[in-house]
Amino acid sequence: MKSKVMVMIFVLMLALGTTPAGAKDLQVGFVYVSPVGDAGWSYAHDQGRLFIDKMEGVTTAYVESVPEGPDSERVMLNMARKNYDLIFATSFGYMDPMLKVAKKFPKVTFMHCSGFKTSENMGNYFGRMYQARYLSGIVAGAMTKANTLGYVAAFPIPEVIRGINAFTLGAQSVNPDVQVRVVWTKTWYDPATEKEAAKSLLDVGADVIAQHQDSPGPQEAAQEKGVYSIGYNTDMSAFAPKAHLCAPIWNWGPFYAQMVEAVRAGKWESKAYWYGLENGIVDLSPMSDKVPADIQSKVMAEKKAIKAGAQKVFTGPIKDQAGQVKIAAGQSGSDEELLGMNWFVQGVIGTTQ
Amino acid sequence: MTAELIVPLLAAAIQSGTPILYATLGEILTEKSGVLNLGVEGIMIVGALAAFVVAKLSGNPALAFALAGTAGMILAAGHGVVCLWFLGNQVVSGLALTIFGLGLADYLGTPLIGQTAPGFDKLPLPGLAQLPVLGPVFFQQDLLVYLAVLVAPLLWLFLNKTRWGLNLRAVGEYPDAAAAAGVSVLRYRWAGVLGGGFLVGLGGAYLSLAYTHLWTSGLTAGRGWIAVALVIFAFWRPGRALFGAYLFGGVMAFQLRLQATGTHLPSSLLLMLPYALTVIVLVLASWKGRQANAPAALGINYEPQD
Repeated sequence: MKSKVMVMIFVLMLALGTTPAGAKDLQVGFVYVSPVGDAGWSYAHDQGRLFIDKMEGVTTAYVESVPEGPDSERVMLNMARKNYDLIFATSFGYMDPMLKVAKKFPKVTFMHCSGFKTSENMGNYFGRMYQARYLSGIVAGAMTKANTLGYVAAFPIPEVIRGINAFTLGAQSVNPDVQVRVVWTKTWYDPATEKEAAKSLLDVGADVIAQHQDSPGPQEAAQEKGVYSIGYNTDMSAFAPKAHLCAPIWNWGPFYAQMVEAVRAGKWESKAYWYGLENGIVDLSPMSDKVPADIQSKVMAEKKAIKAGAQKVFTGPIKDQAGQVKIAAGQSGSDEELLGMNWFVQGVIGTTQ
Repeated sequence: MTAELIVPLLAAAIQSGTPILYATLGEILTEKSGVLNLGVEGIMIVGALAAFVVAKLSGNPALAFALAGTAGMILAAGHGVVCLWFLGNQVVSGLALTIFGLGLADYLGTPLIGQTAPGFDKLPLPGLAQLPVLGPVFFQQDLLVYLAVLVAPLLWLFLNKTRWGLNLRAVGEYPDAAAAAGVSVLRYRWAGVLGGGFLVGLGGAYLSLAYTHLWTSGLTAGRGWIAVALVIFAFWRPGRALFGAYLFGGVMAFQLRLQATGTHLPSSLLLMLPYALTVIVLVLASWKGRQANAPAALGINYEPQD
């Protein structure tokens, strides 16, 4: 309903001619799966939209809370018909609908986030969030006294598993005895369940809580218990000022700006864009003063090394939970291996099922 | 599982059972008057939203709690209008109310997502809170938990020991006989619907005021439906509802804790537990024909005879 209203507003705006006469603005549309006000995934994308909205000669619009599937196809079709030049769809389930629409509108550039399909005028993009998670793992590993970290996680899919593994490797790099306990909630956004999951981790002795969830529920649990927490998506310190140490965050603005420039210059190419810290698409939020200076400088040094490509997060030897070597010494995991990751590294307690 | 884990588990069971308890008690009150209201989920979430909004605007959680009940009552009044005045189908009306409530809360609540509001914090009862085991489980909870525990016996007293309660049960069992005895069937059914809606709204408020201090669309996540099932599990008895709600809360909390201890069972299987239990309970409850304890006129509209 809401999305329909938004679409109608766009139509009206276009009909009234909000675009100035003369040089035509580059029109960029965004399709979000959840409301932008959620301080989470869609909020982060919308910050990116606002970033390019400030650019000269760019107008943007968005439709929020679009269900994956046929509804999203209609929304994208609408944008393409209204002569949008560039359309970003930011949820996995938009992949096939977007592919269909892309075929019908060869002049429009389509960009799909978190999927794996491309076509002539449709590319996909994602960020190497695991790099920022590795950095947050260093902080957590250094701050824990119980050597037990808790991780509230949404769904056992490669993206999330990769993040847990990177977090664990980061923690182990400063604290070899550390263990990471994982609880799956099977939801992206359910504050009550996520908070309860965090509490269950606190009950088994975890004293730093990390999350791959979009709600700040786990942050609340850590704050109430008086322990530390690591946020996600955006700086979550507002929800747990006493607990929050840092957060791996998304920063889509520069990437979106890059795409806008490429489309405008006619230099855009269809491919899988998978950028990391070096591009600024993922980052670590400013660390709290509770993190000692030497740890902070260690994190910054690691960040620099990863940025420069001198250091890779998944560098062997890396063993799985059963002790089997998954990535041999001296090697680092290929993108294919990372994208299909379905096993936990040693030190994670939990199951990937 | 060791002792250090069981005490927090039981405490969590009580907390996560509390919203379901309010909703179950509310639905018992409504059904005892002979009206089936399947709108629990919708009323609950509107209650949760109302509580959140009022708490945010006024900064007064107690007021927010009371107004959440009122919001639940207003929504339940819609069910009353359809079923008591226009003699509409109670099942259809209730389902419509659930869909309406979820949609309304989603629409009105979208701008609030990602914000926090003041709520109820833990309120350890002096003396009692220091008891071993019992203290952390029962007496280090928030005010709304204690209140829920009081509501159950009060509802029992009302239903079984007062004339009003007797009349309310009478219109739920044999409305014709009750009417012949001079009891206003409509008036008592309205009381059941509105009073029940009030309690269900409180259950929603617990989610956004105490369980978390956050709002999101779909915050109730099916807890209203579990309450509907629990009414049957409880054989329409408040005391059993108390037990049933905490049992369900316990199963919800248990599966997360089992994961945290590092079990090798697949999480999908564990997440099914509360719902599997719902099915088992309903089968068991129906098996022995104990359904007979349902109010005889439940779900049947009353048409006054001349």
